[in-house]
Amino acid sequence: MTRYRHRLWVATVLLLLLSACERAPSPWNLHDISGLMPPLAFTLHDGLGQERQAKEFHGDVVLLYFGYTHCPDICPTTLANLVSATRELGEAADRTRILFVSVDPARDTAAVLQRYGQAFGPRVTALSGTASQLRALSRRYRVSYGYGKPDDAGRYEVSHSSGVFVFDRDGAARLLSTGADSAAAISADLKHLMGG
Amino acid sequence: MPGRRLIAATLLLIVCTGAAAAEVSARHAWIRLLPGNLPAAGYLELINSGAESVRLVGGQSPRFGGVELHVSSDPSGVARMQRVTSLNIAGGKTVVLKPRGYHLMLFQPADDLKPGGRAPVTLEFSDGSHLVVDFLLRDATGQ
Repeated sequence: MTRYRHRLWVATVLLLLLSACERAPSPWNLHDISGLMPPLAFTLHDGLGQERQAKEFHGDVVLLYFGYTHCPDICPTTLANLVSATRELGEAADRTRILFVSVDPARDTAAVLQRYGQAFGPRVTALSGTASQLRALSRRYRVSYGYGKPDDAGRYEVSHSSGVFVFDRDGAARLLSTGADSAAAISADLKHLMGG
Repeated sequence: MPGRRLIAATLLLIVCTGAAAAEVSARHAWIRLLPGNLPAAGYLELINSGAESVRLVGGQSPRFGGVELHVSSDPSGVARMQRVTSLNIAGGKTVVLKPRGYHLMLFQPADDLKPGGRAPVTLEFSDGSHLVVDFLLRDATGQ
């Protein structure tokens, strides 16, 4: 009996030691990419055809997403989810910015970008760039995109990275959402990132 | 006899428009409208109350230039969208067309479509039947 108790005690201690060896649980719902990706930097243009630099958005938490407007399902679903995540922050939503970067500049003219961004509300800014500006940005964050073969009507699909990169107010890359994260999960991380 | 003519015309109309889909019903049908003439996506649940499986093979709408069946996928973090020719609905089963999965891709929306409004889409099935579904129109954010 005593020996049995002794064994139980040893097992308990071992279990406690093992659990202490495990990594502390991540405080984030999204993937922590701190130190793995370079800070936010780009030169693109907005829906008014004005050149926009990443540094203009410093001071806000930035959510960066790549897509194209002739994408009726995944792109608007993702943007709507990000909008609802920022709305859950209440007043702090004003210090967030969702940047939608179209990788389909052939169809996404400034006028199309302008109306598209507005359709998602004031937190969303739709941007695009020249082929070389987009290449530079996609290489920086190791994202890919490609164009399918046009059909008889000249329509083509664009494959694009589905991740959403989150940058803190200083422009440092901090989190990556893989697309399936709920608005509540994203919102909780944004709040944490803003020190709330 | 104008009455007979009317009956004949009605019969002809029924024959020409094909059989209505008695076994398949729809619910929670909605469309996400995007600004301008950008293509929209349609979502709904299709319930096959019959014993036989049936395939959704296409659609058309007086309010859109074209209707296609598409599926989105996200293998290894890259979003893709592909046209598919049909979607099977097994007997007694429900198939859900929802964001990030199967959806209707609706091209060239009519200029006067507005969130809060409605638009009919006629769905076509492999057995030659069809189903007219009234879709609720929502804005880009799905509201």
